[in-house]
Amino acid sequence: MTIDVGRRDAGGPEDGLAVPAATELAGESRIEGRSPWQLAWERLRRDRVAVVSLVVIVLILLLALGAPLVAAAVGHGPDEQFRDIGLTPQGLPKAPSRTFLLGTDDLGRDLLVRIVYGSRISLLVGVVSTLLAVAVGVLVGVVAGYLGGLVDTVLARLIDLVLSVPFLLAGIAIVSISGPSLTVTVVVIAFFAWSSIARIVRGQVLSIREREYVEAARSLGASDWRIMVVDVLPNVLAPVIVYTTLLIPSSIVAESTLSFLGLGVPPPTPTWGGMLDSSLGYYRFAWWYLLFPGLALLVTTLAFNLFGDGVRDAFDPRTDRLFAAESTTAPVDE
Amino acid sequence: MIRFLARRVLQGLLVVWLITLVLFGMFFVAPSNVAQTLGGRQATPTTIALINQRLGLDRPLWQQYLSFVGNALHGDLGYDYYKQIPVTSIIADALPKTVSIAVGAAVIWMLLGVSNGVLSAVRPRSFTDRGLTVFALFFYSMPTFLLGLLLLYYLYFQLTLVGIRIFPAGGYVDLSTSFGGWVQHLILPWITVALVSAAAYTRLTRTSMLEVLGEDYIRTARSKGISERRVVLRHGLRSALTPVVTQFGIDVATLLSGVIVTETVFSIDGIGRTAVVAITQQDQPVIIGVVLLGTVAVVVANIVVDVGYAVLDPRVRLN
Repeated sequence: MTIDVGRRDAGGPEDGLAVPAATELAGESRIEGRSPWQLAWERLRRDRVAVVSLVVIVLILLLALGAPLVAAAVGHGPDEQFRDIGLTPQGLPKAPSRTFLLGTDDLGRDLLVRIVYGSRISLLVGVVSTLLAVAVGVLVGVVAGYLGGLVDTVLARLIDLVLSVPFLLAGIAIVSISGPSLTVTVVVIAFFAWSSIARIVRGQVLSIREREYVEAARSLGASDWRIMVVDVLPNVLAPVIVYTTLLIPSSIVAESTLSFLGLGVPPPTPTWGGMLDSSLGYYRFAWWYLLFPGLALLVTTLAFNLFGDGVRDAFDPRTDRLFAAESTTAPVDE
Repeated sequence: MIRFLARRVLQGLLVVWLITLVLFGMFFVAPSNVAQTLGGRQATPTTIALINQRLGLDRPLWQQYLSFVGNALHGDLGYDYYKQIPVTSIIADALPKTVSIAVGAAVIWMLLGVSNGVLSAVRPRSFTDRGLTVFALFFYSMPTFLLGLLLLYYLYFQLTLVGIRIFPAGGYVDLSTSFGGWVQHLILPWITVALVSAAAYTRLTRTSMLEVLGEDYIRTARSKGISERRVVLRHGLRSALTPVVTQFGIDVATLLSGVIVTETVFSIDGIGRTAVVAITQQDQPVIIGVVLLGTVAVVVANIVVDVGYAVLDPRVRLN
């Protein structure tokens, strides 16, 4: 995927003057310079699907932040076991009721509170591991693409190597040595995610390197580091942002998968994957135990994917969107 | 062609070798305490030393590595720590199950993904296109294990409750025992793995197909009076498939991950479940064997895909 709109001049506001062709075509009397960032933002705002998904994401975020408030409101802690009132006489989970709005799990814990707390882990791991991966991926991609030569050969091989390792198998091997924990989960996910970003960034930098403004900077005596940070980096930001938003949901899926296999964040910390894992033994008696954490996970990944798709479209309206509800290449100007 | 193959095979071997180094490096960073586990809580230091000696864990790591590589080259991956079964026979036991899931799922996902993509591309923005898009979006966001659980809940449990017993709860029947049983036990795992990936392929095929259908040679073909069906399927699809095949090569690793999870959901003792169990027991020889096998599978798949290009697209030169 190429992203031209953002790449052209992601730098300063003065570059925005290069773009307002659309404004002129629209026959507007007031001609105003807009940077590609502004254009992208306008497009995103107009994309109904993306806005709704963003609202959902913000709601999930608020729930995660306000988890203790939810726990206080219903009066049940996330790890508190109500073996007397939270379990049936047979010791099975209890169905949703006024006391337990979404029912209880196999240990008599309040499912609602655990699901709300579980969102913290999902978002935390999803965002932190993505940021870590993006930082490493951008660094490696820019350095490899810009410096070229032996450095590039070695780094490109490394990228290919990481890409060819099956994530889950290698993740399993790493966890087997370190033992499962929150930090390990984040590191494992980031370790396998940086390579695809690095590959994209490297490809972009290879062409940016040959541009006139880079040559100009070089002839003015700018150092390699300065050129990489000041001239190259801003011009790869658009694809990086697009991939970052799409990487978050896949990191969330990765976290829940590891937790489902018992290799992610260890219990009693509530995680959606972990809850689904234990629900496997109880779905015959307790549909809520399977369906509610599953729904939470699905809504979250769906919202992030839809939003990421909107961001991609906002930065590059020409690419075919993965999931456009309507062709949203609407004119930017009213 | 032969030179190309030789180079790719050499590169592949390099990757596999690097993986063995990385694996051993990891065990160096965090040595196994399997002797402690085997010996139990009462074990004296002497017992532990004895166990370590028997397992060959008392030797320096580089010696362990060399003997591992030497044995591996002779087709011997060592013995598992607990039951003293050769790792190769553990793998031989588990592999048919995993391959059954993977191949069946890959066939379904490619058929579903490509045909839906073509349907979408032939009439872009139509009702069919929209419908398939929603379908793709939904499954694209669905974690594999969640889909497996939901299928299990609705198609096994709910159907069984009303007396329809088509789908079993899990398990595996060997192909040589009963073909019907094999299909019956694998159909839900296949759908689980396939649907999630088919979604992405629908979109990929659609994009690629739309692009190809806009090319001059398609117009030429149409103006010659060839039927639209033939234009789309013979002239269009062939070159539209190139990026799809590329993506498939990349996705073999993803396929493996999906299969691991699916095996856990449907209690099938394939490679994935073997690996998960080996992890919890710190059974290093098994872990190494399985990860190595996975890497080899990915490397081989990528070589096959590169050769596949040349077959699909005569413009590609292998050099």
